[in-house]
Amino acid sequence: MSELSELYQQVILDHNKKPRNFRKLEHANHSAEGYNPLCGDHLTVYLDLEGDAVKEVAFEGSGCAISKAAASMMTQAVKGKSREQVEALFNEFHSMVIGELDEEAEENKLGNLKIFAGVRDFPVRVKCATLPWHTLHAALNNEQQVSTE
Amino acid sequence: MVQTLDSVAAAGVSNSWDVERIRADFPVLHQTVNGKPLVYLDNAASSQVPQVVIDRGSTYIEQEHSNIHRGVHYLSQKATTAYEGAREKVKRFINARESRECVFVRGATEGINLVMYGYGRKFIGPGDEIIISAMEHHANIVPWQMLCEEKGARLRVIPMNDAGELLLDEYEGLLNERTKLVGVVHVSNALGTINPVKQMIAQAHKYGVPVLVDGAQAAPHMPVDMQDLDCDFYVFSGHKMYAPTGSGVVYGKAELLEKMNPFQGGGDMIKTVTFEKTTYADLPNKLEAGTPAIASQIGLGAAIDYLNSIGREQAAAHEAELLRYATERISAIEGVRIIGTAREKASVLSFVIDDIHPHDIGTILDQEGIAVRAGHHCAQPVMQRFNVPATARASFAFYNTKEEVDVLARTIERVIEIFS
Repeated sequence: MSELSELYQQVILDHNKKPRNFRKLEHANHSAEGYNPLCGDHLTVYLDLEGDAVKEVAFEGSGCAISKAAASMMTQAVKGKSREQVEALFNEFHSMVIGELDEEAEENKLGNLKIFAGVRDFPVRVKCATLPWHTLHAALNNEQQVSTE
Repeated sequence: MVQTLDSVAAAGVSNSWDVERIRADFPVLHQTVNGKPLVYLDNAASSQVPQVVIDRGSTYIEQEHSNIHRGVHYLSQKATTAYEGAREKVKRFINARESRECVFVRGATEGINLVMYGYGRKFIGPGDEIIISAMEHHANIVPWQMLCEEKGARLRVIPMNDAGELLLDEYEGLLNERTKLVGVVHVSNALGTINPVKQMIAQAHKYGVPVLVDGAQAAPHMPVDMQDLDCDFYVFSGHKMYAPTGSGVVYGKAELLEKMNPFQGGGDMIKTVTFEKTTYADLPNKLEAGTPAIASQIGLGAAIDYLNSIGREQAAAHEAELLRYATERISAIEGVRIIGTAREKASVLSFVIDDIHPHDIGTILDQEGIAVRAGHHCAQPVMQRFNVPATARASFAFYNTKEEVDVLARTIERVIEIFS
């Protein structure tokens, strides 16, 4: 069960149970819908961009513990960041969960998002962790919908 | 966690069913996954293949491989004899009147598409209605939607109750003079419901309406008799009944298959070809263009021999007992809800756990070597009907054991613990 406890760490379980910024953002000026047809994970990411910066971000939807926790922690991580910083963080996060970035040895700004490193041992769950990020990316780029499979 | 095969046998589900001997026939079952003995409970997705079936396919490839229906040479005759021999076995297995009523296809999905293209496109037009049920697999929804869109026909849906049973009065009310086809699943892959297809066929026939039955989950688990059912089309997949992927059957009444258009054009389905006109071959070749999955279909024949040799009734009785036991064990776990509680069920146990997504259940079970399906089971309308995004599904075969059910139940308890 050791890989399993790497995946389902207490922090992830906590964010699954009590997702942060889990609401519709009424005054959002950007939003996108993310959908994984394979497992039915489905969420909407709302963004309030002020100039180049993320002033506010929220999400709603349904999904597995990994996707929900990833979305919750993502909203905390990107708040206040510039568009460029958000995209850079997405790249690092993605590289980490597919096993191409050693989050301990290589320089990065992942911070507490490192907790998702365990996903790399579960290749079929990578899409769960990255769906919120793909959706955020779509919202930033004015795409309405994104689908991962 | 899994007990030895000896103790499994000692605790055998019934005296007449020697599950240890049966398991020995399936090489894939004897392995560990994530350091745990494999507990294979995804039989509704695809079942495992016994050694005799593997051997039969290998023998064809090693000693008989060549194309069928074409060669005067020795190997082609051997291959043709084996391929047509499999068709005879299928005919007896489903009690068709004639073997030419058994058309070989890649699987149930291709079978339904064959009927849609060959029969539906020819005989269904604007304003016509096609009735399907609320518990169909996408394979028995999407082809008919495509046809409706193309022809301006209308899709009607038989609703079901909260147990996952079709409302037959509603069905009766949907049948009318515009109805041109009924498509219904024999056993639901998502709920396990066994539908009363014989009665439903009789109801449709009162209106002169032909019925297609999706038998993908029924053929592996219960006797299916075409003449007794009086069904017009029946489709099933070999890979869900202990044969390799790429094998499958469309049964159709000869008179319907005769008047259908071909599905695909090409070699083997013609009598004569000129640039002006082609005449088509007789059944079943008219509907089997090109070189088929010869090894797989021969394997299907061998799987039928295997099923007959172990005793289909005893196999079904063992599966029924497993389902009963699993339902009892798993529904007793607090927080677990069974989706699909029809009175008549076969082989499938779908469930959800409060506040835990089926994908997380599937991952944790997999870590314990347990293979289940987590998702919408290609039946999204069923998920919508029960207001769940997905379910976890354990599906049983005659080689599964009560001890495996115990492992499943204990691991579900562990899942709940992790998320508590």
